[in-house]
Amino acid sequence: MTVPGARAARIEFHDWGWRYAERDDWAVRGVDLVVEPGERVAVVGASGAGKSTLLRAVAAVLPDEPDPDDDSAAAAEGSVLVDDVTPGAVRGRVGLVMQDPEAHTVMSRVGDDVAFGCENTGVPRGETWERVRSALDVVGLDLALDRSTTMLSGGQRQRLALAGVLAMRPGALVLDEPCANLDPSGVRQVHDAVRALLDETGATMLVVEHRIGTWLDLVDRLVLLEPGGGVIADGTPADVLRIHGDALTAAGVWVPGAEPERCSARAPRPAPPRAGEIPGSVPGSTLAFRPLDGAGTRTSPRAGEIPGSSAEPTRVFRPLDEGGRAAEHTAEHTAEHAAEQAAEHAAEQDLLVAEGLGTARGRRQRVGSGIDLDVRAGQVIAITGPNGIGKSTLGLTLAGLLRPADGTLRATTTLAGDAGPAPHAWSSRELAVRIGTVFQDPEHQFVARTVREEIAAGPQALGISDTVERVGELLDAFGLAHLADANPFTLSGGEQRRLAIATVVATRPPVVVLDEPTSGQDRATWQAVVDRLGALADAGTAVVAVTHDRALVRALDADEVVLSATGAAPAAETRAPAAETRAPAAATRATATGTRAPAPATATNAPTEVTT
Amino acid sequence: MTTSTTQPAPSWRSEPPVRSERGIRAVQPVAALLGVIGLGICLVLSLDVVSAAVALGLELALLPLLRIPVGTLLLRTSPVLVAVPLTGVSIALYGRASGREWFDLGFAHVTDGSLVLAVATMLRVLAVGVPSIVLFIGMDPTDLADGLAQILRLPARFVLGALAAIRMMTLLGDDWRQLAMARRARGLADTGRIRRGASMAFALLVLALRRATTLAVAMESRGFGAPGRRTWARPARFRAREWAMVAVLVGIGLVSIAVSVAVGTWRV
Repeated sequence: MTVPGARAARIEFHDWGWRYAERDDWAVRGVDLVVEPGERVAVVGASGAGKSTLLRAVAAVLPDEPDPDDDSAAAAEGSVLVDDVTPGAVRGRVGLVMQDPEAHTVMSRVGDDVAFGCENTGVPRGETWERVRSALDVVGLDLALDRSTTMLSGGQRQRLALAGVLAMRPGALVLDEPCANLDPSGVRQVHDAVRALLDETGATMLVVEHRIGTWLDLVDRLVLLEPGGGVIADGTPADVLRIHGDALTAAGVWVPGAEPERCSARAPRPAPPRAGEIPGSVPGSTLAFRPLDGAGTRTSPRAGEIPGSSAEPTRVFRPLDEGGRAAEHTAEHTAEHAAEQAAEHAAEQDLLVAEGLGTARGRRQRVGSGIDLDVRAGQVIAITGPNGIGKSTLGLTLAGLLRPADGTLRATTTLAGDAGPAPHAWSSRELAVRIGTVFQDPEHQFVARTVREEIAAGPQALGISDTVERVGELLDAFGLAHLADANPFTLSGGEQRRLAIATVVATRPPVVVLDEPTSGQDRATWQAVVDRLGALADAGTAVVAVTHDRALVRALDADEVVLSATGAAPAAETRAPAAETRAPAAATRATATGTRAPAPATATNAPTEVTT
Repeated sequence: MTTSTTQPAPSWRSEPPVRSERGIRAVQPVAALLGVIGLGICLVLSLDVVSAAVALGLELALLPLLRIPVGTLLLRTSPVLVAVPLTGVSIALYGRASGREWFDLGFAHVTDGSLVLAVATMLRVLAVGVPSIVLFIGMDPTDLADGLAQILRLPARFVLGALAAIRMMTLLGDDWRQLAMARRARGLADTGRIRRGASMAFALLVLALRRATTLAVAMESRGFGAPGRRTWARPARFRAREWAMVAVLVGIGLVSIAVSVAVGTWRV
């Protein structure tokens, strides 16, 4: 179908810059970039390089009007033009899809949401529905027009947003990390929908994404943006990746071919050299694996090294001494030695045992059943599976925050001590010293006005005497010391993520449960988070991560539990080929679905995925 | 209705989706809104027992037609059911005194006059409260918004903004549960319920503002607020069904007035 009136747009930045209201620094400055009609360009750069600002300028959705007379108002310099006029004058020519799928569904029914843009731009009713139906066809969303938008999966939501954009017949498509929060199948769906949309319209495209590999087959150009420095590289993806690969990795871009190695975030032991490591150089200092954030203030150890001083290697991360087992890993060992010992001891210690566990959101909404699982000290478990299958619900149940709907979840005496065996029945204080939980959105768990108070909140509530020392150690270990007096809500995404982990670790629980700890992160932040988790596990903490991040599973060498409609099963291929350095992973037992009632109903509440 | 002239023939694909609603749900919610307002006006003209009792009786007789499960009905009308006795008691105590006096507590008198007034007020609250709740059970906010904007011509910006806000309310419920769980996980949920509630409310406000900002950007990027006339993809019509709804509700009010006048209890 040819699309009348959808001429590809030309986008031009000329020495363009933007400063948000109330800010001293320019978000982006000195950008010279011309995107010809029909060109497809990926924009990459470090956090804070102003990529999103650039895209929002094209879509004419920057907040506030610049006011040259007011110092605290937003400010602009240079020019940004769409088809030789300011973007605001051609609203509707540029379609924007952003990161958070939840936040940009406008209407409560699928058809209405797609039609929303057409209505705003005055498209007649008959033509609107015509466009709505063909847009849904193009993005492969085979849903009834009056279907509710509340139960869609992330991939479906993003395709819905694409359909809404397509129905407006845009000349340019602008994508701001559209796949950051999606599982692998969602990423594929969105990628294919974008390709179909571009084939259909021939529109110009600008895309920003940390995991740039997703889009390389669709883009003609790769543009590297430097914070405050404008465009520093511009060319075909192959050329830019070849010439500027290291700079890209340093900027937090997930360069294809430089993925983390298996086990790279666990204790140092003979392991194959990591990709990007320069022979003879000090590990940890290469550009590709620089484990610090943009500010460069981290004193973070390499993956697997025990944080803190080498004299007292396990002090910070020693699990709570409730079961009397922490005495084994005290200070006389070297970091390496301690880690090995911890791992050996850990392998023998069950902390949580789930048998025939069923999970439910709220009172009635059953999501998982028949899950058998052991959580052991020093073990990393990755709970994976498609969206909506109940991964987060299982994580919250294991964390003692939701009551099991079926079966049992039992804490062993090692973990429970004098509390009862059922984690969900523990008091809040009993829970906090035994199982810590890091939520998907770190902002859900912040309670204090400053970073320092935030970390202290848990230990203070428990009446722990060395709270001040603990907080100091954690601030250093998580690279947050320079932000100690900042408000947690003002931190960047990566900083918030690290703070969330620090607050949970502060009460030294032997089990830590994390929900999507790495979603939507650039490479540097990812590395920092994964390093912390590796260090925790090496020190004997059981780490349970709900995730769809393959790189995380590999780097932590996690025991993978794959949730499916028929229960949970350990993934065979995730273990190191010869588990030569660690106790074999007998921890996860497969659910023999034949032995108990098969659970086809397990995923009935999951968003129905459309296979196209 | 306009169909694109470039199309050889108007196909089913250019038709709005057909809603499968029947009966009361198929009536434009604006009709119920206008009808309830009309009924309310009829009932505040007088303060007697008869008109309110007649209206309530007619409503209860018509109620089964809506086929609302009893449980849902009681749950949804519970605010009114709770408010009614409270209203009655306070008017019985403090209403204008007349006739025989039953109690005199110094500051409060219960008299024939105040008792009659209390009953009349209770019936009146029920007669207006019940229809204004039951007619909106299961109502689709989108339909109401369409009606408000297209039939009553309220500003689109206001109506659609409110509609988007309603959609976000469900997300706030999820946020609240997450906030509560996060506090339990960190050992903060055993004491200080009020302070914790305040901190959660603040966090919820921050999250809501974030969401609203993102949603505003999303709406703006889809041309919301663009200059030029807005079209409406969903037709909102005021036809026989809607007039019937208004007629029934206003009719209840008129009948109750007529009965009241006929038996001589009508007083302004």
